Amino acid sequence: MTVMTMIEAIRSTIREEMLRDEKVMVLGQDIGKLGGVFRATEGLQAEFGEERIVDMPLAEASIVGSAIGLSLAGMNPIAELQFMGFTHQAYHQIVPQLARFRYRSQGRFTTPVTIRAPFGGGVRAPELHSDAIEAQFTHVPGLQVVMPSTPAEAKGLLTTAVRGEDPVLFCEPLKGYRLVKGEVPEGEHTIPFGRLRVAREGRDVTLFAWSAAVQLAEKAAAALADEGISAQVVDLRTLVPLDVDGIREAVASTGRAVVVHEAPLTSGFGAEVVSTIQEEAFYSLEAPVLRVTAPDVPYPNIGIEETFLPAVDRVVAAARKAVSAR
Amino acid sequence: MERRELLDASGALAPGIDPPLDAASTLGALELMLLSKLVDERAFSLQRQGRMGTYSAVRGQEASVVGSCLPLDPGTDWIVPQYRELPALLRHGLSIEGILSYWKGNSEAARIPEGVKVLPPQIGLAAQLPHAVGLAWGLKLQADPGVVMTFVGDGGSSEGDFHEALNLAGVRKAPVVFVLQNNGWAISTPRSKQSAAKSFAERGAGYGVPSVLVDGNDLFAVAQASAEAVARARAGEGPTLIETQTYRLGAHNTADDPSKYVDTDEKLSWEQLDPIPRVVSHLRAQGALTDEDLAGIEERNRNEVDRAIEALGAVRPPLPESLFDHVWSQPDVRLLRQREEILHTAAKGVQR
Repeated sequence: MTVMTMIEAIRSTIREEMLRDEKVMVLGQDIGKLGGVFRATEGLQAEFGEERIVDMPLAEASIVGSAIGLSLAGMNPIAELQFMGFTHQAYHQIVPQLARFRYRSQGRFTTPVTIRAPFGGGVRAPELHSDAIEAQFTHVPGLQVVMPSTPAEAKGLLTTAVRGEDPVLFCEPLKGYRLVKGEVPEGEHTIPFGRLRVAREGRDVTLFAWSAAVQLAEKAAAALADEGISAQVVDLRTLVPLDVDGIREAVASTGRAVVVHEAPLTSGFGAEVVSTIQEEAFYSLEAPVLRVTAPDVPYPNIGIEETFLPAVDRVVAAARKAVSAR
Repeated sequence: MERRELLDASGALAPGIDPPLDAASTLGALELMLLSKLVDERAFSLQRQGRMGTYSAVRGQEASVVGSCLPLDPGTDWIVPQYRELPALLRHGLSIEGILSYWKGNSEAARIPEGVKVLPPQIGLAAQLPHAVGLAWGLKLQADPGVVMTFVGDGGSSEGDFHEALNLAGVRKAPVVFVLQNNGWAISTPRSKQSAAKSFAERGAGYGVPSVLVDGNDLFAVAQASAEAVARARAGEGPTLIETQTYRLGAHNTADDPSKYVDTDEKLSWEQLDPIPRVVSHLRAQGALTDEDLAGIEERNRNEVDRAIEALGAVRPPLPESLFDHVWSQPDVRLLRQREEILHTAAKGVQR
């Protein structure tokens, strides 16, 4: 085990996969000499050359679009989009093209592209950079949506993404890049998609979260413990595929649930989780399932982002409400 | 930009020009052009009989499509189509019934056979172009000798993907040939409302991509320009943009009504420039085509299309369970449950 930050874990995973498979290459803006705006590829161009760590023109659609073509030629591309908020410029290549290639070609062609896209608030970034729009990509059959929350998770999930045949949108929490440190297994470490992780054991209420909201839920669980409430924290890890059975088991064990995410409320992925809970575990429920999310306003400028983002106190209040409901 | 013209509307070669194709190749190209025209006619009537879905005819653009693909080697090179390139796809290894199966709504039967280097048709216009660039770049990275040819229209060239793809192809020196078929129309929007540029070909300069403007109804001009572009790509010299100026003599597709927007005089003048009769005239003048030869070609084509349409009729419709195939390499538990529920209901007979 080595202690790493999230960004170090991502960088070392990319490096390990590039050493393992010469078809792995990275496309992105500023990823060469600069090493990417967050240094996810720092030093990698010097090691692997300009043909494998490729500085691309500033055009997201052709980063994703050419990654599709490269994958059709037998390469295994990782496309770095600087921020998930810029995926809109590539939306028409991700949604109707990348995600559907296998289906529309009846399996004749596969497009094993991994798109890495950082997102999330609390880092005082300019407009559009922080938007949590992961739910938009969960409504797209054929695209896996992966949300690592810790450095070890990032390694295990990114390795699975790069080695898999199906395309992945790999969403990295900006706030966790340097703030979240943790032990990362050395050598081979893969995490299967579609299996949630219990990040903290608890008996009274389940807090569902993914990405940076997992740390938020863990903080809330610690605060709740001081009040004598035992909160279980569940990290969904992958939104697509969704661990339906794991969600049922978690809710069955506590009977109460709160879903926490950074994106606005309406049609956020929390709605899908709540709906899944009522389909799968209705008779285990002791209380209505609650959501703690950002409000239905656009991501604001940074002067007011702390008000926008879900806070520990709101998660604590929701958990209390769930536990006290009869 | 000067337009390349080798074979005029009467079938006469420009003075001092050697034909870029020999008589045998020209005859082969003519046969393919006539086959395309016949498929268009038969597909239109199949659609009108309710035996097929929407179909987009090639009619009028046969020289543009066939001339472009002639330098390609189906064994090594790729075609990344839009959706109006039927004869090029036939030459590259697809069957008529395979192509028509797509328009009939049967993806399983339209599946590109293993080994055939063609991507599926593209409905999101110009979205295929970055794929073509990436594919060509990937071949180059692996020292594969293949060249990629991709097609787009005058309308599609207004999309951002066109510009991003040309830009990237120039930067990476990707072995890709962009064939921009300027057929005068994007459904009902005329070329004049598509761009203020004098030609589409001149846009290549903005991306450092060599480009050429050709009479798209002139088989020889198209074939020559394409051969040069493919040779450049193969030699590692990078991409080329070819604008073929042609004209869509038919409708955009079987759901379109061009009588609402096409100027009759304009269409009549383009009919005089039909790409097929000039090849026939040229070959006759060379003594390379007799009435019997032409009758023989037409008979072979008729037999081939009859066979294909019979085969199309015999294609098994997609099974309900195929709805769920090929979304993923391994379906997840959610999809498997949806499959079970829907197929269980379907098995009892679906009330619509």
